[in-house]
Amino acid sequence: MDLSLYKSLWEWYTRHRFRLTKGERAMNAILHVNPKDNLVTCLRDLHQGEQVTLDGVTYTVEQEIPQFHKMAVENIPAGGYAYKYGEVIGRATQDIRVGEHVHVHNLESTRGRGDKVQPKEEV
Amino acid sequence: MKLMGYFRPNGRFGIRNHLLVIPTSVCASDTADKIAAQVPGAIAIPNQHGCCQIGSDLTLTQNTLAGFGKNPNVGAVLVVGLGCDGIQARPLAEEIATTGKPVKYLVIQEEGGTPNTVAKGAAWAAEMMRELSVQQRVPFDISAITLALECGGSDPTSGLASNPAIGYASDKLVAMGGSSILSETTEVIGAEHLLAKRFADPVQREKFLNQVRAVEQRAIAMGEDLRSGQPTPGNKAGGLSTIEEKSLGCMYKAGTSPFEGALDYAQERPRGRTGLYFMDTPGQDIDSITGMVAGGAQIVVFSTGRGTPTGSPIAPVIKITGNDATYRRMIDHMDINAGRIITEGATVPEIGEELFQLMVEVCNGRQTKAESLGHREFGIYKLTGTF
Repeated sequence: MDLSLYKSLWEWYTRHRFRLTKGERAMNAILHVNPKDNLVTCLRDLHQGEQVTLDGVTYTVEQEIPQFHKMAVENIPAGGYAYKYGEVIGRATQDIRVGEHVHVHNLESTRGRGDKVQPKEEV
Repeated sequence: MKLMGYFRPNGRFGIRNHLLVIPTSVCASDTADKIAAQVPGAIAIPNQHGCCQIGSDLTLTQNTLAGFGKNPNVGAVLVVGLGCDGIQARPLAEEIATTGKPVKYLVIQEEGGTPNTVAKGAAWAAEMMRELSVQQRVPFDISAITLALECGGSDPTSGLASNPAIGYASDKLVAMGGSSILSETTEVIGAEHLLAKRFADPVQREKFLNQVRAVEQRAIAMGEDLRSGQPTPGNKAGGLSTIEEKSLGCMYKAGTSPFEGALDYAQERPRGRTGLYFMDTPGQDIDSITGMVAGGAQIVVFSTGRGTPTGSPIAPVIKITGNDATYRRMIDHMDINAGRIITEGATVPEIGEELFQLMVEVCNGRQTKAESLGHREFGIYKLTGTF
């Protein structure tokens, strides 16, 4: 049996618990699920100009970002992949900079895209 | 672990003791409703199909209706047909009767219309109800339980809090010899490579991957962007951007157990082969839950970030949300607040234990919020139009 999923889940359980028992009873600002992720989940509304810290690195929030939406913690070029849970969740449709809101306006799915298939000629 | 439930003659155990009135087609649905209205506690399912369907769609409807009748939460069944409909009352009643439970059927055209059918049906239903009322709960092992896993009205908290807690409870049930069903093929797109690794049997793995391919191909063959339907507007407002992101959160419901196999819609797991299964259902919650309950699931755990009232006609549905604000706003519907993982530092195993304990109580008879509010949503999956 492949245990990689179990391990990543378990790591996540423990990381998460650790963060939230450091006396920060009020919600942590951001959650980084997997080390490979170039996105974080905002656990509360983030405001433009605000600074948030993750693993010793400070990020400046570039836009208003609603609670549970995503923020980039790496620059993602147009056409580049966005990662959450350590997996690809879509492709950037424009350059995305650190601190920007990542959602349907600059990220698109790569799956089930019948709209991208050339229509076949009628026979 | 021992639970208390209703013994069925085919050796299975129900956690509820419903009298079910099943219309074979849409043409008999209103009459079935009128019969159930005469007998307190009787439940009629609103069947929208069952006639002028072809091929696999007709089979899907047949299997779903038969599966509902056979579900161990049902103690007795009254089948009502129009007479000329695509699904015939007698064979459906005979199929359900293979479980050994009391089954009767009525045909509207043979009875001479609604008043006669309702009068006869109500008298039969009332008699069946009296018989059910004397049946007592008896001890049975938790390994006889099949749990249906569902999520709907998802937001990013589902993948981060409530679904991992469900995964913990599902793993615990499977470790105790019980069974779980992960569903919603659309919401596997983008996560199939991770789930496929957990199928030990290569034949079942290939069946699972084909189920996922078929759904994606259906959107592509229509020349449509899957995004027009998935994620839904509510998913996006909550912060889910793509189907891949939604799927990667959804799959945590299945915990870490290996998959025993892939089931078709409404298909029962093989006898004697308990464990975690995948079932090919759509991402639409009502059709998905209906398929798993038709496949024999006695209890449903439903994760929702945005909040939804959905129940099932014959299976208790437990609601768990990862969103603390939703828990407070929809308190009349939410049974468990997994949002405490995010707001209070509760751990996934802690909430998972709380969920498991509630599952045990609900199996023993405790009503869920959806049950106490009378929620009985029912819908049959359809692949094509009606002819």
